[in-house]
Amino acid sequence: MTALQVNNLRKSFGGLDVIQDVSFTVEPGERRLLLGPNGAGKTTLFNLIAGDLRASGGRILLQGRDVSALSTSQRAACGLGRTFQILTLFGRETVLGNVVMALLGSSPKRWKPFGAVVHDTALRRRALSVLARVKLEGLADRPIQETSYGEKRRLEIAMALAQDPQVLLLDEPLAGLSKEERGTVSALLEDLPRSLTIVMIEHDMDVALAFAERIALLNHGRLLVDGTRDEVIADPRTREAYLAQ
Amino acid sequence: MKPLLVLVVAAAAMPLLLPGEFYLAIATQVLVYGLFAVSVNLIAGYCGMVSLGHAAFLGISGYAFALLSVGAGWPIWAATTAALGLTSLTGAMFGLVALRTSGLSFLMITLALGQIVWGIAFRYVDLTNGENGISLPRPDGVLLHGTGLYYLCLAVTAGCMLFVTVLTRSPLGAAMQGVRDQPRRMSTLGYDVWAIRYVSYVLSALLAAASGILYMLTFRFISPHALSLTVSSEAVLMVIAGGLGTTFGPLLGAALVVLLKNVASAYTDRWPTLLGLIFLFIIVVVPEGLLPGARRLLGALKARVVAPDNIGANLTRASRIEGARQ
Repeated sequence: MTALQVNNLRKSFGGLDVIQDVSFTVEPGERRLLLGPNGAGKTTLFNLIAGDLRASGGRILLQGRDVSALSTSQRAACGLGRTFQILTLFGRETVLGNVVMALLGSSPKRWKPFGAVVHDTALRRRALSVLARVKLEGLADRPIQETSYGEKRRLEIAMALAQDPQVLLLDEPLAGLSKEERGTVSALLEDLPRSLTIVMIEHDMDVALAFAERIALLNHGRLLVDGTRDEVIADPRTREAYLAQ
Repeated sequence: MKPLLVLVVAAAAMPLLLPGEFYLAIATQVLVYGLFAVSVNLIAGYCGMVSLGHAAFLGISGYAFALLSVGAGWPIWAATTAALGLTSLTGAMFGLVALRTSGLSFLMITLALGQIVWGIAFRYVDLTNGENGISLPRPDGVLLHGTGLYYLCLAVTAGCMLFVTVLTRSPLGAAMQGVRDQPRRMSTLGYDVWAIRYVSYVLSALLAAASGILYMLTFRFISPHALSLTVSSEAVLMVIAGGLGTTFGPLLGAALVVLLKNVASAYTDRWPTLLGLIFLFIIVVVPEGLLPGARRLLGALKARVVAPDNIGANLTRASRIEGARQ
């Protein structure tokens, strides 16, 4: 069974076709890179897969299940995790509070109208162990405003990991990071278990190419090349798409 | 915890502290409008959806209570239950319409729904007696006038505020605040944003309904004015003035408006101007609301008072380090 399958996916805004007839499959445990110049439709594709946008046509299968008609939250419940290119954190919360929101989101407890969240020690322990995975456990009680950009990026990833997804969409996890921080985050990504399937958009070629096993190249909303890393790098159309910029 | 204790004692001792029936009646009104503001705060402050039609819920509940207890002769408890149920049901239906949107559109739709209910109260004269409104007969029962009524309103308002406090600290309350701050992230995390907003909206309607019952018991009269846009927007102003998304902010805002209305209006006809000036002052000096604003200003003041000592401590430590080096 494939982890993620996209069949003839289309999306148009008015008369503008931003995604045209895109199909690809991602096997369980695979590390897949989505490549393409700016405006190629990579983030739009993520938004379609995650459910933030409704496709104009085509189907999306998650673990063999057709999720095309499901809402964003239902797809999350099906094991789809996602990080955002633009940081999307709860600014009034602490670092730990953000992870707690993620943990509650995948728990039936989220509808409980009583029992203070801050007094839930079991939840706190779980959140701390998630933070330990991204080496942020020391900053657990720090307000978000007092954390660095690199720490926020790691927290983005921690929030997705907290939900124990089967398929994880990473939208530019290294965007805006310093060289040192990029090392920290890419080491963190390398260490993620193979049971997790990862689809990543990333512009840092050193990290992205080292990470990816297969690459899908997108340009003008079309899938140009889909294959192993070496195939895609060697393909003249890859060079063309980037040189045409 | 200490200010809370003072507040509870002061609220309980209010009938002894106040010089007469008139002032106790004003305190009771503060509680009634305070509860109404608490209901608006639940949806606006904690869930980020500002409603301009909440007076509809206060009004529907008040009219239902009046019609059932006076017109149909139901006992008070039955009329109360029915009024609360009917209003929640209305909230559940309005929510289906209003929550198709958010932000400014939500504001406009709730305003429109509120005006529809106001129009019905105004025009459906056979049921509502139109502009002349409906009166309740003189109260019979110790809990229905004077000191007894004050304690009844205090108990209900305090109970509802406790409910809101427990709710906002719970996982569901955290989800409401998450939906307010990052709706997109919330759906990515598996929360059904629409359902969370819907639950908040209906609960908020239920609290507004409770304030409608207290309104009827306190004023013993209801007319279409109670459902007007003025009442809805005043509640929003109370919440913003006191502190959006705070426990006691709405009550403070209600106290401000009710006091101005009742006390300042004895001295000048231009009290709305005074109210406007006060709101202007709040927006300029403490835009986050009186309660969080006062906390911030106090904190800044404290820091200024404490700071010289800190500098002194740092200086002595620095000179000690200097000394150790030498």
